[in-house]
Amino acid sequence: MKYISQFAIIITISFLGEILNRLIPLPIPASIYGMTILFILLTTGLLKLSAVRETGRFLIYVMPIMFIPPTVGLMESWGVMQEFLAAIVIISLLSTLAVFAAAGHVTQFIIKKMKKGGKQ
Amino acid sequence: MSTIFSNSLFFGIGLTLGAYLLGTVLKRKFKIFIFNPLLVAIVVCIAVLTLTGIEYKEYNNGAQYISALLTPATVCLAIPLYEQMQLLKKNLTAILVGIASGVLTSGIAIFSMALLFSLNHTQYVTLLPKSITTAIGIGLSQELNGYIAITVAAIMITGLFGNIAGEALCRIFRIEHPVAKGIAIGTSTHVMGTSKAMEIGEVEGAMSSLSVAVAGFMTVAAAIVFENLI
Repeated sequence: MKYISQFAIIITISFLGEILNRLIPLPIPASIYGMTILFILLTTGLLKLSAVRETGRFLIYVMPIMFIPPTVGLMESWGVMQEFLAAIVIISLLSTLAVFAAAGHVTQFIIKKMKKGGKQ
Repeated sequence: MSTIFSNSLFFGIGLTLGAYLLGTVLKRKFKIFIFNPLLVAIVVCIAVLTLTGIEYKEYNNGAQYISALLTPATVCLAIPLYEQMQLLKKNLTAILVGIASGVLTSGIAIFSMALLFSLNHTQYVTLLPKSITTAIGIGLSQELNGYIAITVAAIMITGLFGNIAGEALCRIFRIEHPVAKGIAIGTSTHVMGTSKAMEIGEVEGAMSSLSVAVAGFMTVAAAIVFENLI
């Protein structure tokens, strides 16, 4: 019973996300609206954590397999990709390194700085 | 014979699960980064389809039901985020500024490399959404009139890289604080990196989930400026 109600709540929130995605003319997917809705429901206390916890944990745990079918689908667009494949791969990997280092270090720097400031 | 596959609901699901399981077994046995279960699964699936001549459509006939769960699973990323609420409040400035610098860096890096490879406008805007989650990326690419399939490819390459190398990159760049690790992984390699961050730790996973949403929103906003540069 517990799992069914948890799954029903999660699916309902996903559906609400879909509705917002249709109504609001922005390229924001249903999943991000849904994530925001669930976060608001939890923080305002309208929804208890126990109402979604186990099923939510399970879905997050098995999440990697959900990326497999769409990535395998890349074999379909091989033709268009060939044209500038080297650029795609190199730009993707190098820019990822830059973003990774920038986001991580700036965050770490400010956290450390604020900690020091707080102690004084 | 071939109608067995094209009409089958469970062939695609079975192949996907089996390929991933094979990946987890290989990872446990060899403990080398290249045996990332996600990477192994993708390579095995593509190899099986290519060798047998089964079309992607036939495979996806069943496999689509696995990927359909991606939306509810992403919704659930709000759970770890909620559980780390205190940490989020305490480090709010660092988190927001950190994600913003990541988004800005992404734009600048893609812009300068696009110049280097002398890409045209369409090719350039196609790559702009590459660090954000697929669903937002597709929408943004559409908005910018890019090649959607290639945007998806760049997003997948980026995410797969994060899933494989996320942990190692934290070591290489000396990012030690769990909050900073999560922000770095989520901002650079979206949901695919986040599923790795979840394995590293609760805090890392929660912060990475937050970054996916926030970086997605910020990238959409930043693209308005960046799209006009080339």
